[in-house]
Amino acid sequence: MSAAPDLALAEEAEPRSRPEEDDERLGSPELDQRSRFYSVVPRLLAEDRRLALVLADIGVAYLDEEALAPVEDRVVNVGIREQLMIGVAGGLALAGMRPIVHTFAPFLLERPFEFVKLDLGHQDVGAVLVSAGGSYAWPTGGETHFGHRDVAVLDTLDGWDVHVPGHAAEAEALVRTAAEGDGRAYVRLDLTSNRRSHERALRGRMEAVRHGTHGTVVAVGPMLDRVLAATEGLDLTILYATTVRPFDAAGLRQTLGRPDVAIVEPYLAGTSVARVAEALDDTPHRVRGLGVRREELRRYGTVEEHDAANGLDPAGLAASLRGFFSF
Amino acid sequence: MPPSTAAYDDLPRLLRLMAGDEKHAPIATSTIDVIWVLFNRVLDIDPARPDDPERDRFLLSKGHGPAGYYSVLAARGFLTEDDLRRFGLFDSRLGHHPDRNLVPGAEISSGSLGHGLGLAVGTALGLRMNGRSRPRVVVLVGDGELDEGSNAEAIEFAGREALTNLTCVVVDNASSTHGWPGGIAARFAIAGWATAEVDGHDRRALEDAFSLDHCDGPLAVVARVEDR
Repeated sequence: MSAAPDLALAEEAEPRSRPEEDDERLGSPELDQRSRFYSVVPRLLAEDRRLALVLADIGVAYLDEEALAPVEDRVVNVGIREQLMIGVAGGLALAGMRPIVHTFAPFLLERPFEFVKLDLGHQDVGAVLVSAGGSYAWPTGGETHFGHRDVAVLDTLDGWDVHVPGHAAEAEALVRTAAEGDGRAYVRLDLTSNRRSHERALRGRMEAVRHGTHGTVVAVGPMLDRVLAATEGLDLTILYATTVRPFDAAGLRQTLGRPDVAIVEPYLAGTSVARVAEALDDTPHRVRGLGVRREELRRYGTVEEHDAANGLDPAGLAASLRGFFSF
Repeated sequence: MPPSTAAYDDLPRLLRLMAGDEKHAPIATSTIDVIWVLFNRVLDIDPARPDDPERDRFLLSKGHGPAGYYSVLAARGFLTEDDLRRFGLFDSRLGHHPDRNLVPGAEISSGSLGHGLGLAVGTALGLRMNGRSRPRVVVLVGDGELDEGSNAEAIEFAGREALTNLTCVVVDNASSTHGWPGGIAARFAIAGWATAEVDGHDRRALEDAFSLDHCDGPLAVVARVEDR
């Protein structure tokens, strides 16, 4: 074999662990949702013998081997085999276990979608799916690793709860709640978080963060802080949601003033517009869905640049919301 | 296990109670001996204790042509003859692909190919995690079904995990479009499975194959039947 050519790339500031983990830099568990998940999941397994962790290589490098050691008999890494990952989860559930399944969103829901539909849904067994990477947490990864279609894809199926934490503490609470249940739950971890957690939004109900009369903005998960910034000084009700399925229709109706509603989601724009319409189906209303645009951008760069390109930075949101509410 | 309520010789009559899925009739008859042997001579399954955690599990991955499966379930007391007569009706328990939530004794819902082996791997792992070393997990797949890539994922992984509580029986009716160079058994053997190849209608040979020692890994039984 001849020697490899000397074509080294410019040296990176810090070495990367392994190619499949080349996605995003994790922060501290106090602030970073994904890091918090890795710190809490060994404890969850230790607390509940029903729980099993199913991985497809992603996340393995970030989990603390020492913390996992006491529960390693319930940790399954199937390798880069996402169909099997879901099939194994279904089989574990059939055998009485409660699987927690984790990888990036497109590999968790899109690649093995039929397995999610049949091996979990059609079998009618429970599982907790936990994704990482949000919509474009690894912007240089491009389309193959973008996850903004996840909730829309899952919306075609029956019986899934969907949780979208906006803070590391919310991520832990929602993963814990999902793990303690029996049904099918999806927890969507994002790179971006709000400055503080909102405990009142963790029981499936939306929290009214601000009250107004000119309309309502529903901010989902990590969208809250930027929605608050974009609507500063505007006479609007701001509702905060971390659980979007089931959608808190009662919460929306109870706080509704003028029936103009915008819902700002960190994934595909308009994903929950139909849920808002169902909640208000006996009331003439207007609804606008803001989120990640459908068209493929074919751009890399930074998360902030993708936020701006999708109109999800505070300036973009302010322009969209002011236009919709006619301020 | 309790004896069957009907004999092997009753199976043709039970099969004839079901109408409407004639296009899959050859599949129903190609699998029937394998399933009969499993339910009568191999697996510890009792219709009086369908949820017994210590029961063996049979997973029909090849959900097409389930009439053979249903007739064995009826012979074993999981289904009634009236269930068979209502095969495929709107409010029947028995569709042309089994639904575990409707069919007593069915461990999985199947029909879309390539799902059962992964579910079987998970079930075998789950039993191991629960400390249940006795129950056996047997999954039936077709040779054409092995074309699905999900099976490759499961075969490789089950071998590495040394799932000694797992058996995969491949009913080979030569329906794989491109075939398997080197044979189907070799595909499992290279991944660490013990293997056996038998006549899929020779009930004694099938029983012997399912009884093979495989203490180092899972077992694959290739049951050769008439070509499709």
